[in-house]
Parts: sequence; structure tokens; C-alpha cells
Amino acid sequence: MSMEMAEVANPAIMAENRESLERIQEEARALEHPEPAPRIDEEAGRGPRVVRPLGRPKIRVQDLNFWYGPTHVLKHVSMDIAANRVTALIGPSGCGKSTLLRCLNRMNELIPTSRLEGQILIDGTDIYRNADPVMVRRRIGMVFQKPNPFPKSIYQNVIWGAQINGYTGDRDELVEHCLRQAALWDEVKDRIEDHAYGLSGGQQQRLCIARALAVKPDVILMDEPASALDPIATSKLEETIIDLKERYTIVIVTHNMQQASRISDATAFFYLGELIEMNETIELFTRPANPQTEDYITGRFG
Amino acid sequence: METTTTPAGVQFSENLQRRRRAGLIFGAIFFLSTLFGLVALVVLLVDVVVTGLPWLNAEFLSGYPSRFPQRAGIKSAIVGSLYVIGLTGLISVPVGVASALYLEEYAPRHWFVNLVQINISNLAGVPSILYGILGLAVFVRFMAFERSVLAGALTMGLLILPVIIISTQEALRAVPEGLRESAYALGATRWQVIWSHLLPTAAPGILTGVILSLSRAMGEAAPLLMIGALTFVAFLPESIFDQFTVLPIQIFNWTSRPQPAFQDLAAAAIIVLMVILLLMNLSAILLRNHFEKLRG
Repeated sequence: MSMEMAEVANPAIMAENRESLERIQEEARALEHPEPAPRIDEEAGRGPRVVRPLGRPKIRVQDLNFWYGPTHVLKHVSMDIAANRVTALIGPSGCGKSTLLRCLNRMNELIPTSRLEGQILIDGTDIYRNADPVMVRRRIGMVFQKPNPFPKSIYQNVIWGAQINGYTGDRDELVEHCLRQAALWDEVKDRIEDHAYGLSGGQQQRLCIARALAVKPDVILMDEPASALDPIATSKLEETIIDLKERYTIVIVTHNMQQASRISDATAFFYLGELIEMNETIELFTRPANPQTEDYITGRFG
Repeated sequence: METTTTPAGVQFSENLQRRRRAGLIFGAIFFLSTLFGLVALVVLLVDVVVTGLPWLNAEFLSGYPSRFPQRAGIKSAIVGSLYVIGLTGLISVPVGVASALYLEEYAPRHWFVNLVQINISNLAGVPSILYGILGLAVFVRFMAFERSVLAGALTMGLLILPVIIISTQEALRAVPEGLRESAYALGATRWQVIWSHLLPTAAPGILTGVILSLSRAMGEAAPLLMIGALTFVAFLPESIFDQFTVLPIQIFNWTSRPQPAFQDLAAAAIIVLMVILLLMNLSAILLRNHFEKLRG
């Protein structure tokens, strides 16, 4: 109740809401009239089947190659990631899916000897040529595999990112808003000044989501966010993720096939650094076009 | 108990008794090693305390050196030591922590940086008398600081700089990568990550290194003898350009005298030096606990 009021009070959020409503309506229209059938790109000889996702593309990856030292980790990856949807990246360990995720917010360049070729466009802007990495990371939040809150209070965890980015609004309001969005507010509202390490693993991970939301990103990247959580915490986290896609574009790396099919709208399957197949999640899981995809999702290798 | 068989048909011979016996033997060896060090330390301490304690009184602490053992005191040495160590810390801690931050967080991977790194590790093992020679040439003569507190502190600063750099680097490396990454992922600049997360998290480790190296500097006599710190100082240094002496030099001076009374005075001065070192270490432990509590 009070969360709705808080939102109404904030004109920026109201505008955001209107915009996302328009996006949803647009998507609904697209679903009703699927005349421009999803385009299929087939690169000769390689045989990947990449179906362009429905909706407005938020992120466009074009012929991306990535190296750690001499190791060619990502090979000619091209894909679109639609706005306000959950896109899952799946594939066996070492297939490059986490690397791709970390390319999307320029985290990989913190690793010496890494090298990137190709383009990543977000809202049409090349984030490697026409953007400052600090700004890229502010706009594209990230939640890591292991819950890694700062060794500070719950409040400080949420506010720090906003603070260093020059946030001038009401701090308490922002903290509450972000914790509510991350479905953590009710559990921590009475102990907001407590140390974050006192929270359970699942709560810590939702705190990390709240922390990422506090800098107002448009995209949230999640690297196996549930891998360290128990089933109950996982299902709570999944609910949170589904709620969040109304406002954010979410890209999630997961090893869990059920999780991918439960929460994602589109799924991309990677193998040995190549994008093998990408499609609507339902399509990919029910009618995989590539035998490797089929083997992987049915558990025959991986 | 059943015997287990591997697919290749090899049987385990568990031999539990022998394995346990090996554990016991090594446990005993480790205990004796600890005892060896402990006994040596206790014997030394008892000897020093028994010899020095009768001489330890207010007059000794507040008096100046004298030719007569009854009137000799170590006021100028205590004050000189505190002056030199304080200034050494002010010089070497900021420079050392800054160098470590550069090497760990800023420096590119480059052969030159590696060379610098190897050099720093080597410098940590260079005999302290060599730093004294360097201090004499550079600070006393070339920069004309004479035999001043400043020249002594700069020399001592150089001596402990490698240790401070290395221990700070270790502390920075021990900061979990996840902490760095999550801060960067929020759009923090490198300096914001360092200031808000790396330094507070590494603080206990940095402090430990700083205190250990300052304690070492506190007990060093050789480099200061080399740069010509005085052995007979009947005044207190009033500025960093004044001449000075320190406790280890005073102790060294007294032990080299033939009269047995001066040997006893040296023991009394050693007790004072040890108490000061103990207090320094205690404050370091308290500070470290304070930072660790902050870290949670």
C-alpha cells in the first residue's frame, strides 16, 4: 500500500511506469498479430539457429569475440535481448555464458589480458566505443553468483551505490523502495541498521538485488543468482525476478533448466563459446532445432 | 571390519595404529620446538629483569646520561626513540600504503612493474646497516640534514618501507574479489572502490604490518649508529632538525662500557624498551580488533 503511494509521489517512476505499460501493450499487439514472423538467422556452415526475440531489442550483441589471454572464450556471438523480458543464458560450464554476461557491463575488462572484438549496443549506443565504463556499469546492474553484500549495515548496502553516483533525493525513501522491489522490506524493516552479514543467504541475495536497483539501472544481469540458495529461498528469488521484469530488462545465467523454463521468456544456449540456439523459452524447450540443444536440455550431456 | 577392494584388486592396508603414531610423534616434535623458543625467551627475560629491575626508578626514567651510573638516566633516549619512530611512521606509512595501492590496484601488468615488485621483496631482506650507509650518504651529507631526527626517521622509513608495502599488498590481495566486483558493478570509480571498501577491509592487515615494522625500527641501532646518532645526549630534541639518541643506541653504549654497573643499566633500559614495544603491540591489537568488529 505505502509502496504504491511512494511510487505515485515520484514523477520519475510514474513516467517509467507509463513507458513500461506502453511497452507491454506494444508487445501484446505483436503477439496478437504475428505477421512479421520471427526472423531466423542462419550462418552458413555453423548452423546456429537464432530467432530474434519478440519486443523491442534493448541489447544488441554483434559478432562478439572475446579472449582471456590466448583462450578464445566467445566466438562470433550475435543476439538480441528484448526489453522488459527475462532472457536466460544456458549451457555447460565453460561455454562462455558468464563471460558474455560480464561483457554486457564491461566487468571483463577489469581482468588483465582480456580482449574483445565486435559490438554490444544498448539502446543503440555502442557501450565499448561511445561510453564510459563507470556509466555503463551504473546503467547495467549486476547480481553475482555468491551473495556478496558489503560488510556494512543493510541500509548502507543499499544506499552506497546511489551515494557515490551523486544521489540527492530522500535516502530513506530510496532504501525502502529498493528493498520493497527486492521483496525484502518486510523481513528487514525493523533492523535496517543491522549488519548485512546477519541475513540468511537468500536474504543477502535479495539485498544484493536491492543494492543493484538503488542506482536505477535499466538492465539487471544475474550470474547464477540462486546457485548458493536453498529451494525456498530460490523460489522467492524467482518470484522477485518475475516481478522485476516489468521495469527492467533481465539477463540471467543459470545451470538449472527448470529455473530457465520457469522464469525466462527467451533462452539462449551456448556451447564451447558459440551461441548454438536462441528462441522463445517455450519453443526452445519444446522444439529445440539443434540436436546439441536437445541433448543439453534433456540432460544427455553438460 | 571388512576389507575393501579397489576395482584393480588392490587391497587397502589401513594400518591405523602406525598413522596415529606418526601424528603423536610429530605433535611431540612441534611441542618441543615451541618449548625451546619459550624457554630461551623466559631465561633471557628473567636475566634482564633480575639484573635491571633494581635500577629501574623514577630517577632513571627522568635522568640524562651520566658518567656516574648512579646518576645516569634514559630520558633523552626514550624521547628520542618516540620522536624518531613517530616521524618514521608519518613518513613510511602513507608512502608505503600508497605504493602498495599503486602496485595492486593501478599498475598495469608490465615487466617493469614486475621488476619493481621483485626489488621491493629483495629490499625487505637487505641488512639494516646498508640503509644506514644510504642514509648517511643521502640524508646526512647530500641533503644536509646533519645527524638530525629527520635524517634518522628518513633512514628508518626507508628500512621499513618494503615491509609495509608487502604487508599492505598482502592485505589488499586478501580482500575478496566479490567485494571489488560488486562495488565496480554499481558504477563506482576505482578510487571510490579503494576508499570505501578496499582500505576499510584491508585495514587490520595493514595495521599488523605497520606495527610489526615500526617495532622492528624501534629496536634497530645499526642504521642510526651509521648515520651518526649521538651516544651521549644530555638534552631533548626540540625540532626534527635536532640531534638525538635512541634506546637501542643507549643500550649499546652502556653494554660496551667496562664497569659492571653500566651493564645493569643496560638491562634496565632493555626492560623499558620492551615495555614500550609491548604497549605498541597492544595498541595495534586493540585497533585491529576495532576494525575487525566494523568488518563484521
